[in-house]
Amino acid sequence: MSDLRLINRREFLKRTGQASGGLVLALSFTTACGPAGREPAGGGTVSVAPNVYVNVRNDGIVEIYCHRSEMGQGIRTCLPQVIADEMEADWDRIELIQALGDEKYGDQNTDGSTSIRNQFDLLRNAGATAREMLIAAAAASWDVPAGECVARKHQVHHEPSGRSAGYGELVDAATELEPPTEAAFKSRDDYRYIGKPMDTIDGLAFTTGKASYGIDTVLPDMLYASIERCPAFGGTVASLDDTAALAVPGVTAVFRLPDPTTPLLFNIQGGVAVVADNTWVAQKGREALQIEWDRGANGDHNSVTYREALQESVTAAGKPVLTRGDVNAAFEAADRVHEAVYYAPYLSQAPMEPPAAVARMTDDGGCEIWACTQNPQAAQDTVAQMLGLDKQQVRVNVTLLGGGFGRKSKPDFIAEAAWLARETQRPVKVTWTREDDIRHGYFHSVSAQFLKAGLDENGKATSLLHRTCFPSIGSTFDPNATGPGGFELDLGFLDNPYRFDSMQLETADAKAHLRIGWLRSVCNVFHAFAGCGFVDELAYLAGEDPKDHLLKLLGEPRMVDPSADGGQYTNYGHSLDKHPIDTGRISAVVEKVADMAGWGRVLPAGHGLGIAVHRSFLSTVGTVAQVSVDSSARIVVHEIWTAIDAGTTINPDRVTSQMEGAAIFGMSLALHGEITTREGGVVQGNYDTYPVVRMSEAPDAIHVHVMESTAPPGGVGEPGVPPVAPAIVNAYFAASGKRIRELPLRNAGLT
Amino acid sequence: MAIELTLNGEAISLEADPDMPLLWAIRDLAGLTGTKYGCGKALCGACNVHMDGQVVRSCVLPVSAAAGRQVTTIEGLTEDGDHPVQVAWRKLNVAQCGYCQSGQIMSAVALLERVPQPSDADIDAAMSGNICRCGTYTRIRKAIHEAAEDLS
Ligand code: FES
Ligand code: FES
Repeated sequence: MSDLRLINRREFLKRTGQASGGLVLALSFTTACGPAGREPAGGGTVSVAPNVYVNVRNDGIVEIYCHRSEMGQGIRTCLPQVIADEMEADWDRIELIQALGDEKYGDQNTDGSTSIRNQFDLLRNAGATAREMLIAAAAASWDVPAGECVARKHQVHHEPSGRSAGYGELVDAATELEPPTEAAFKSRDDYRYIGKPMDTIDGLAFTTGKASYGIDTVLPDMLYASIERCPAFGGTVASLDDTAALAVPGVTAVFRLPDPTTPLLFNIQGGVAVVADNTWVAQKGREALQIEWDRGANGDHNSVTYREALQESVTAAGKPVLTRGDVNAAFEAADRVHEAVYYAPYLSQAPMEPPAAVARMTDDGGCEIWACTQNPQAAQDTVAQMLGLDKQQVRVNVTLLGGGFGRKSKPDFIAEAAWLARETQRPVKVTWTREDDIRHGYFHSVSAQFLKAGLDENGKATSLLHRTCFPSIGSTFDPNATGPGGFELDLGFLDNPYRFDSMQLETADAKAHLRIGWLRSVCNVFHAFAGCGFVDELAYLAGEDPKDHLLKLLGEPRMVDPSADGGQYTNYGHSLDKHPIDTGRISAVVEKVADMAGWGRVLPAGHGLGIAVHRSFLSTVGTVAQVSVDSSARIVVHEIWTAIDAGTTINPDRVTSQMEGAAIFGMSLALHGEITTREGGVVQGNYDTYPVVRMSEAPDAIHVHVMESTAPPGGVGEPGVPPVAPAIVNAYFAASGKRIRELPLRNAGLT
Repeated sequence: MAIELTLNGEAISLEADPDMPLLWAIRDLAGLTGTKYGCGKALCGACNVHMDGQVVRSCVLPVSAAAGRQVTTIEGLTEDGDHPVQVAWRKLNVAQCGYCQSGQIMSAVALLERVPQPSDADIDAAMSGNICRCGTYTRIRKAIHEAAEDLS
């Protein structure tokens, strides 16, 4: 029942005087606990747990369990901000403990920018019920009505009698009580931490090398594995000669991993594992493997010919998924029509820490994992299924993540470690190389987009057809998936906020030939690229300023409901009442970001400003980029301005940092990012062939404004990405008069 | 074979294949995991350490090349994390996931030793070997200026 705590090596050595490499584990030992309590993980002798997220110790420390994964978005700071605020805990007397994967915490899948937007109330409730329980404990011990007591900064006060008691002192009395399940929330005016730029909780660890990631876990007696996988997705080993590999000193064993399942899900994708005494020897042994592959059904997947197929598919008749008016009649009646095809390639998330996991079989027949996972419960499910265990027998310790961006939602790399731990009956660490990560991931989908507008005699667009075509994420879960569907159409497609008299949205089929997964903001990447780029094209056709044109197209403030036009829209799992598509709020973001950038000012020769706005994950982000191109076609992004309406925000500095990071991430995919395939295999392999933006390319400044709002919180981790690439492309047009409709820009001859 | 070097001020002997990259010797043999793997090909700077005061990419440097040398990793930079660069990093909340930051800090410290008051251009030149996929570059620039102030 006790959660494990990861502590860093130096701290451990200090505490135990033992020598050990890297990360070590300290079991927290059971001490006394009340009926509602659990074992305090640190000091104290008695504790009380009002709910699974909070444990109050009688030494006055409030333990907060972070059940979401930290990958740079700042949840390990923001989550305790909410809980501590609601429970009136003192920030200096909380201790953050990373929770194990466990259904008792509810949803732990740190994905879809959901931690705050879906769990703000849950976190507030965790804090509020803890606060009320401590108030009740104080009231009971003083024999006064609870209504006369208030909680303030780690103490409960009874004003009439002037008595007060610290939270630690109230633990004993609280153990006698049933924890409440619901309690009133604080008023916004009383927030101490919510809305404040609290420093990153892991700041010291991050700057001293003490922060521990999946790749850093070390267990006694551990083996290290490196895995060679089939270049083509779904392929298998035709023949294997491991003689040379086994001859490398330090190599212990070679294993043929299970072949990929259909559908693949999050299961092992096959391959040959070399297990050795350390990482480097495992890699060396792997290089000595002689393998012939049967590349399987996807062995001839070639992204050049596939692109042609996508473009053919997207320009043929599609399947309507939203229809407003009669778009074909509108095109007939139009003064003229304007058509465009946009294309965006496969991408790899390429987080700085590649996938890495440690697994060991436990004495009671279970399996214990340490991993940089965005989704510990999916890891439990996948490993349990593979090893024939109950979910509860798979214990998943969540380390810090050296970036995730969607890659680490898929626990395939954890399954590899678990499988090898069972085979070797030793702890095993699997570390993916960068090449493994770039060649064998779950790829962001390649896509072609077709757009057509009918223009009136003034050049003003009054009708729109948008058709989307890409191999679906669904293909990872259903081999028969033939193209875009389900939630993918929510992502910047069905929620088109623009005021066209007639509009039709359609899908076009595409079969998958790689493992398709998701990357930061998912389909919003290509839907915004095409959508915001095309809207910019329409501005010029109408002879209007792009910003003014955007505002006109958004029109009077109104609530857009895609279902009114037959769209099966699910609004990221929320009602449109709570999280409307409000063109007034979108326009306010446009006005704000244009204002920040000094839209309309005179620019140096060769410079251009471009604007794009996009709503995703219930937040709206507007971006302006200032770009220049010189005579040698070198494109420079000088500055980026971003305004975000994310409703209520928890930590404005973490929101700002997410927008800064999104600007760079968006620049990387705009300028450089491209995965291509030949004979089924990914051509790129490392940061030389799959470049990302470096310091030398980073803008001089990224300006961020977080809109003041009392609306319910939207997402933050992803919504900053989609408008960046179209803002850059639109700025490039403003600077050069050339329209670019494909990513990355280096393929358009820009360097 | 036994390779003797000074790691964070401590004389140590590592039993390693002389070709093993210093990175893996530091991480897997010496057990210090603050130095990170990011690419293994001298492309990202996550593995940057100091050798005799110079920044080196430990992922491509054979451990044998470190024999008899002074190697400093992020863990050995300071006892308590109070180097002005580390302090500036925390003041500006530079880190997002934090993974690249050991390497960034080691590069920044070496830059400031060489160029005490760097311009943005100096920073871009010295820091462009360090990738941050989270995109903390603009804060890194500010933090280096901040640390330079502090050191002057
Ligand atoms: S790991 Fe050494 S430069 Fe990337
Ligand atoms: S902070 Fe995440 S890679 Fe730099």
